[in-house]
Amino acid sequence: MQSKISAKEVNVYYGSNHVIKHVSLDIFSNEVVAFIGPSGCGKSTFLRLLNRMNDFIESFRMEGQIFIDNEDIYDKKINVEELRKKVGMVFQKPNPFPKSIYENVVYGLRIQGIKNKKQLDEVVERTLKQVGIWEEVKDKLNQSALALSGGQQQRVCIARTLAVEPSVVLMDEPTSALDPISTATIEELIYHLKKDYTIVIVTHNMQQAGRVSDRTAFFYMGELVEFSDTKELFTNPKVDLTQKYITGRFG
Amino acid sequence: MISNSVKINRFKDRIFKWYGLLSTTIGVVILFVFLYTIIKEGWDRLNWQFFTSLPSRRPSSAGILVPLLGTFWIMILTTIIAVPIGVAAAIYLEEYGKKDKFASFIEVNIANLAGVPSIIYGLLALEIFVRIMGLGRSLLSGAFTLSLLILPIVIVSTREALKSVPKTIREASYALGATKWKTIWNAVLPSAAGGILTGVILAISRAIGETAPLVVIGAMLYITTIPTHPLDDFSVLPIQIYNWLSRPQKGFIENATAAIIVLLAITFILNGIAIYLRNKWQNKVKW
Amino acid sequence: MPRTELKEKFIEFLLKASAFISIFTTIGILYVLLSESTDFFKEVSIVEFLTDKQWTPLFTEKHYGILPLLSGTLLTSFIAVLIAVPIGLSIAVYLNEYSPKKIRKILKPTLEVLAAIPTVVYGYFALMVVTPFLQLFIPSLSGFNALSPGIVMGIMIIPLVASLSEDALYAIPYSLREASYGMGATKLQTVFRVLIPSASSGIIVSIILAISRAFGETMIVAIAAGQQPNFTFNPLVPIETITTYIVQVSLGDVVQGSIEYKTIYAAGIALFVLTFILNNISYYIRKKYQKYQL
Repeated sequence: MQSKISAKEVNVYYGSNHVIKHVSLDIFSNEVVAFIGPSGCGKSTFLRLLNRMNDFIESFRMEGQIFIDNEDIYDKKINVEELRKKVGMVFQKPNPFPKSIYENVVYGLRIQGIKNKKQLDEVVERTLKQVGIWEEVKDKLNQSALALSGGQQQRVCIARTLAVEPSVVLMDEPTSALDPISTATIEELIYHLKKDYTIVIVTHNMQQAGRVSDRTAFFYMGELVEFSDTKELFTNPKVDLTQKYITGRFG
Repeated sequence: MISNSVKINRFKDRIFKWYGLLSTTIGVVILFVFLYTIIKEGWDRLNWQFFTSLPSRRPSSAGILVPLLGTFWIMILTTIIAVPIGVAAAIYLEEYGKKDKFASFIEVNIANLAGVPSIIYGLLALEIFVRIMGLGRSLLSGAFTLSLLILPIVIVSTREALKSVPKTIREASYALGATKWKTIWNAVLPSAAGGILTGVILAISRAIGETAPLVVIGAMLYITTIPTHPLDDFSVLPIQIYNWLSRPQKGFIENATAAIIVLLAITFILNGIAIYLRNKWQNKVKW
Repeated sequence: MPRTELKEKFIEFLLKASAFISIFTTIGILYVLLSESTDFFKEVSIVEFLTDKQWTPLFTEKHYGILPLLSGTLLTSFIAVLIAVPIGLSIAVYLNEYSPKKIRKILKPTLEVLAAIPTVVYGYFALMVVTPFLQLFIPSLSGFNALSPGIVMGIMIIPLVASLSEDALYAIPYSLREASYGMGATKLQTVFRVLIPSASSGIIVSIILAISRAFGETMIVAIAAGQQPNFTFNPLVPIETITTYIVQVSLGDVVQGSIEYKTIYAAGIALFVLTFILNNISYYIRKKYQKYQL
């Protein structure tokens, strides 16, 4: 099978800090991959490599190659904005713009210069339905997104990401700021999105990784310790360190 | 059992508390004495004739039409000139030039300009705008002068507003494929709009109360025509007030007091709007 | 897409150009003040400028000594600072350490109103209210004098001192207060032995800026101090400050290019140098103490 995302011998440094060490991995289309590991293990840093969000960090330096759809995304010729349209991202805390729900969802299209009202309306309805919040908000699309609850905000943020039609969705601990009920709806959503998107999710919650992902990667001190089927990794880890982590003996 | 020294200390503490309250109230009391005197002296003069009359050598037939319109002209022109430049400069310093030497040099420079006495701006403007650029004693000269004067205020307050926009808003925009400028224009500026607007209004309110630099560029003329063009000669309320205050007749002093009421009303309305916006914005946007 | 990139670069250029205007302003100020006053100093020696005790450029017998204007500026500023610093500092301490939240919420915005009042209004107040009031107690007080505008200027500067000192006090970590209370100190003892010393650099900055502000204040003194350049430190008689002199010349029909015209630039450069030094001292103190803040 052709891999969607392929990382080869990736090293990342923040100044003299070596934060990602020799990581190689492949992720395939339409699968959900979870990154787990104790805080500071490099899982978020690695996720942010995939849409080049680390570029904003001053002392960031990277070695190795990452391919998405067979394109080296750190090649000089790559247009970063185009890459980020293709590789969407959902953040740890819901971060809606201080605009209406409608304007939040169409933000990505507006900055591409799309003005056709009919087209925008369609996208708003389709994506809000996709994230299962359409019925709740269809009558108040012009209200500020900041007035919604945390769980609703996060779903609007996901709709906003889907509106630009990415093929990969990165999620950086998307439920860590939410209550259990909202968390459950987001997890269910991830399950449904799988058929259209490739999803990479960072989570600090091992049960969540077990529930939502097909495969799980365990990071520790910047190294990829183990990467295998989720069921396999949680029931029968190959590496001693993984065993210790999932049984809660550290981290 | 409480020792004597503890008792004395507690007593001192209480005295100081009252002293502090007294100091704080002094300012407030003085403010009310101000307002009371001014309204008492000037209120009766505020009639229709006062607002619609041209200047005159007889106090009772003089009015503030010309300086009032001048103040509005100055308000608009200064906004048009100072806001785009000030906001743009702030965006550059906050979003682009963060770590380079040039930006930190500009920062020291702006801090310095903010402390330059306003009358010095008048001396600058007299030479540059009035003479070298040949704008004369026009509204445009005045607006340029006041724009330079308030630029540091606009820049500093805009930077504060930009600084308060959380990183997550920027990240959200970049992650949707926005370029740096599109992120600033579509996500950062709307998020900072309340703060920027508050700062701008306060700066404009400062500008329309300024007298000294405009006196220096020669706006203290006896003008009997209504300004209709940016290159027209002009007067503004503070200058009219100063003019009337320097005349010995009692009637002119009364006129000055009435004009002060109008100037204060404009100032307070602007400040009120700014405070309202600041509160509304703070309540609405809780990151 | 090179077109987008070009647009991004162009916008950055425009923004940078806007930031440049502040540099041009500074260069402009320096150029104008220096070029006009160089001409002045060709006709009047710097020694005379700095040591002559009379300033009479508008009279037939001309003297160009800055001392009378300087003494007027120093005198009014001294009175203003004498009023503004103790009151402003007390307000900062009271609002930060003593006042109940409710009172603070009402008093703070009211004080800010004092800072928003145009200076010409303060001038009116000095001339029409404060001077007649003071004359009740000091019959020898002239109608124009240094005392009344000095006091009113002080009132005007109170909010500046109060808010800067308050920021400095506010920045002190709560643990320092706890440490002092923990040893049985009262609030007052904590304020004077711990808080004010810890906030001293911020408080010094507020005092310096108050002085600088007073040096540059124009309208209050122009209206209420009398426009008479007397070399005196007597607060009861008319005086003239540097700023007032500039206003006085601007009001008259002085021919551009004449020596009288150049005197306002000479006076301007004296004022600029004074405030420039003060502002820079305060800027560096602030930068330095920001670095060591917890």
